[in-house]
Amino acid sequence: MDALIPASEFRWIVPEMILTGFGLVLLIMGCLTRGPVASKISGVLCIAGSLFALIFTVKMWGMNLDIFNQLYTIDNFGTFFKSLFLAILILVALVSLRYADREEIGGGEYYALLMFGVLGMMVMTSSHHFVTIFIGLEVMSLAIYVLCGLLRSELASVEAALKYFLLGAFATGFLLYGMSMIYGSTGLIDVVDLKKYFLMKQPFSATMFIIGLGFLLVGFGFKIASVPFHMWTPDVYQGAPTSITAYMATGVKAAAFGALIRVFFTAFIPFQFGWSEIIWVLAVLTMTVGNITALVQRDVKRILAYSSIAHAGYILVAFITGDRGEASSMLYYLMAYSFMNIGAFTAVIVVQRKGDNTSDLDSFAGLGARHPFIALCMSVFLLSLAGVPPLAGFMGKFYVFSTAVKAQYYWLAIIGFLNSVVAAYYYLRVMMYMYFREPIGEAAGAVDRAPQYGLVMLICMWALLHMGIFPRTFIVMAQKAVGIFG
Amino acid sequence: MIGIGLGFKWFIFVVMALTAVGASIIMVTRKNPIHSALWLIVTFFSIAVLYVTLNATFIAVAQVMVYAGAVMMLVIFVIMLIHLEWGARLGHKKSFPKLIGSIITIILFLQILAGVYTYSNTGQHGIYTAQKLAEIGNTRAVGTVLYGKYAFAFEIASILLLVGIVGAVLLARKRKEQER
Amino acid sequence: MEQLITLSIMVVKNIVVVLVLMGFVAYTTLLERKLLGRLQVRPGPNRVGPFGLLQPIADGVKSFFKEDIIPDEADKTLYVLAPGISLFTALSLFAVIPFGPTVEFLGRQVKLVVADLDTGLLYLLALATLGEYGVVLGGWSSGNKYGVLGALRAAAQMISYECALGLAVIGTIIIAGSINLSEIVNAQAGLWFIVKYPFGFIFYLVAGLAEINRTPFDMPESESELACGFNIEYSSMKFATFMIAEYAHMFTVAAIVTTLFLGGWMGPGPAYLGPLWFIIKVFVIIFFFIWERGTYPRARYDQIMQFGWKFLLPLTLLNVVVTAALVAMGVL
Repeated sequence: MDALIPASEFRWIVPEMILTGFGLVLLIMGCLTRGPVASKISGVLCIAGSLFALIFTVKMWGMNLDIFNQLYTIDNFGTFFKSLFLAILILVALVSLRYADREEIGGGEYYALLMFGVLGMMVMTSSHHFVTIFIGLEVMSLAIYVLCGLLRSELASVEAALKYFLLGAFATGFLLYGMSMIYGSTGLIDVVDLKKYFLMKQPFSATMFIIGLGFLLVGFGFKIASVPFHMWTPDVYQGAPTSITAYMATGVKAAAFGALIRVFFTAFIPFQFGWSEIIWVLAVLTMTVGNITALVQRDVKRILAYSSIAHAGYILVAFITGDRGEASSMLYYLMAYSFMNIGAFTAVIVVQRKGDNTSDLDSFAGLGARHPFIALCMSVFLLSLAGVPPLAGFMGKFYVFSTAVKAQYYWLAIIGFLNSVVAAYYYLRVMMYMYFREPIGEAAGAVDRAPQYGLVMLICMWALLHMGIFPRTFIVMAQKAVGIFG
Repeated sequence: MIGIGLGFKWFIFVVMALTAVGASIIMVTRKNPIHSALWLIVTFFSIAVLYVTLNATFIAVAQVMVYAGAVMMLVIFVIMLIHLEWGARLGHKKSFPKLIGSIITIILFLQILAGVYTYSNTGQHGIYTAQKLAEIGNTRAVGTVLYGKYAFAFEIASILLLVGIVGAVLLARKRKEQER
Repeated sequence: MEQLITLSIMVVKNIVVVLVLMGFVAYTTLLERKLLGRLQVRPGPNRVGPFGLLQPIADGVKSFFKEDIIPDEADKTLYVLAPGISLFTALSLFAVIPFGPTVEFLGRQVKLVVADLDTGLLYLLALATLGEYGVVLGGWSSGNKYGVLGALRAAAQMISYECALGLAVIGTIIIAGSINLSEIVNAQAGLWFIVKYPFGFIFYLVAGLAEINRTPFDMPESESELACGFNIEYSSMKFATFMIAEYAHMFTVAAIVTTLFLGGWMGPGPAYLGPLWFIIKVFVIIFFFIWERGTYPRARYDQIMQFGWKFLLPLTLLNVVVTAALVAMGVL
């Protein structure tokens, strides 16, 4: 008879329970009431719930234990990511307070799905059991498939949802198949058990296991949008409602990287010589394809989509080294990356107009003269994305590339550096449009100004400056988080 | 299955495995989606029989009930409802993406084949042997594991289903203009 | 030698069950017509043989010699296959239903069930879902509008009511603590589940009616709208196969109700009377089915769907929760 679950263990999943509870309440509210007021209240409830959850999560910092028969883990790594997801959720919900009403996609269900999506991310990054990781990933993905297609009057949004769903389902199949092959060749389905098993059985090699590992990489590669599994990214990012794009670009990527790092750095370090060669190629391709393609884009959302592909490549650079102590660089990068992207997408939302989900470069023309504050914020985010000191983006890149140098992957670091030089071109191009171009046509009209947007952009800007100028606290935090791999 | 000779089991396995693979190949090559769906049911069914030969009767029955029964019935229902089978009569040309697709399929297939042929039982055995399963009963074993050890995953899976339902309703709901 | 005897007992059981079932099916058609006649104040068939007793045989011979038509528009393979699927599933459902206790026969212990499956109840639910394919494919492959409409209705209706059907039997599983049908029957030794778990019985009966497409749920073949629906193009032996399958299915549902709620083969008297009690109980249910057909009109399509999803499903769900709570508290 397997052990049942002691009730006391539930206190460790209070944040998850809060999210679920608030999500359910929002769903019921969504059934009973409609309209802008109800939508506002739902949004506020969502933010309140996330704040509660964030408080409880932060309190768990430093805790280290397995609960629910090893299915769930509370450790610094998980807590770090959970806090990041909740911060993302709060920011996105803040933006949505205005944006969702503008596009008439708001309501209880919208916020409930946002919360369930974050629940899935939290579950998937704080478990070392394949079953839980997979189910968490599915909860997250399913919520986002739906959120992508919410602008139903726009073909692009429907296309985004469908494309993401079909390809996502396919990738999930790969992931699951990979997990089952690893299970089939070792008889173990828990990453920590796998680690012990490999230590015992050095050197371990079975064809089925290697194939499984490859499939696992394909599945995760899709979720982090690395080349050659990146094809969906631009279309989906462009078609989805912009708030959801921000949520996807940051949350999903961080969650996928979280699970990837946990799985590979816990169990598969003995095989690092094998997978690092594959990922070496993938990382170079991801950076280069992302950056080169971004050069010729004219839609800012698309530019940001390709830039997010390139950023996945930068993070992979640190991943390849398999250096468990320096894995903190990835965490730091993901955190910085999340804030810059949410900020940038918020600026895009501000410039977009109701019912128009595109964001051509021309609509940014002359923004510097028309709305200096928005243009300033956008510039900060873009500069941070480009990796200009003293912003967090620079520290992140520096940290990631120095990890590669430390592990003697010189070529990789050089390619990465060249890539970020190329990338600077298209970020600066947007800035050039904002400051040195005359407003064009009707794009010169008013932007959608609201205090929520300003608040989100200020928070992001503050975070970027703080993380860039005083990175120590955050780096120490990230190092503590990866302490579990030690 | 205890009490039936190994030879017979082997025979059943070969027949059903070949049926499963054959049916799935036929499935992807049919032009009429209804036929594809039906061949998929055949695949599911033969896989269910394979589960039975592995002493996993509960999974086998669940497979038939959920996949061959409910899911495929819905698939067929949708195909009939939107008359997908009419589009099938137009015929398809051979195209470049198809070629690439088939090459990738073959590569993947060879990969899996390589994995299968070099398979050696490197892992460890679980605690549920055939004898133990026969002793405590298949359903009881699944239930104990699902609601005991894996209760947490089970609960999260229930949220997964909820998200699925809500999402389907959300995407299929009439738009505001239509409501008026 | 030992194996041979076991094998032969299995084969004999199979043959006996199928033959008896077929005989009952044939005469149930007569019973239905006779009873409906009585309910409508007319004598019913009474020309062939005394009291019309030879009518089923005459019907069989007639269907056999009719011309077999396959429409040009039909999907030939599926058209031929569909009645077979229907009959096959209806018959194989009977394999797991215990119609008697373990009895001594020629010095051996013989279980009066074709296959005593560990997962019997799930097997029933699984095969019942497969049975729908016969109806759906039959309607679709005829290449007839009414056929397709009937098939669509059948699919929608059966998907809808299957959930309620499955949820209705969960209570019995909880109370009996097993999904082996023999054990469920044994668990009813003290008190039949119809007393312990009356709502489950009612829900199962209602959902079961929908499952076998009988009034008031006979949407797939509603004569007045669809001109017979899914089997509109079928003639001769194929049509007869559909009819047999339908009646066999009705028998199966009656047998399942008997097994799950009416104590199966339980009854006073020695063990070998078990099958007799079983048959009597089955016929009580069959009688109910016929009686109800003579009483109620056909419901409208949207009413059926509304009833299924908005009324029956929540109630069965609630029923499961309440039953589980009662069992947990030790009341049941």
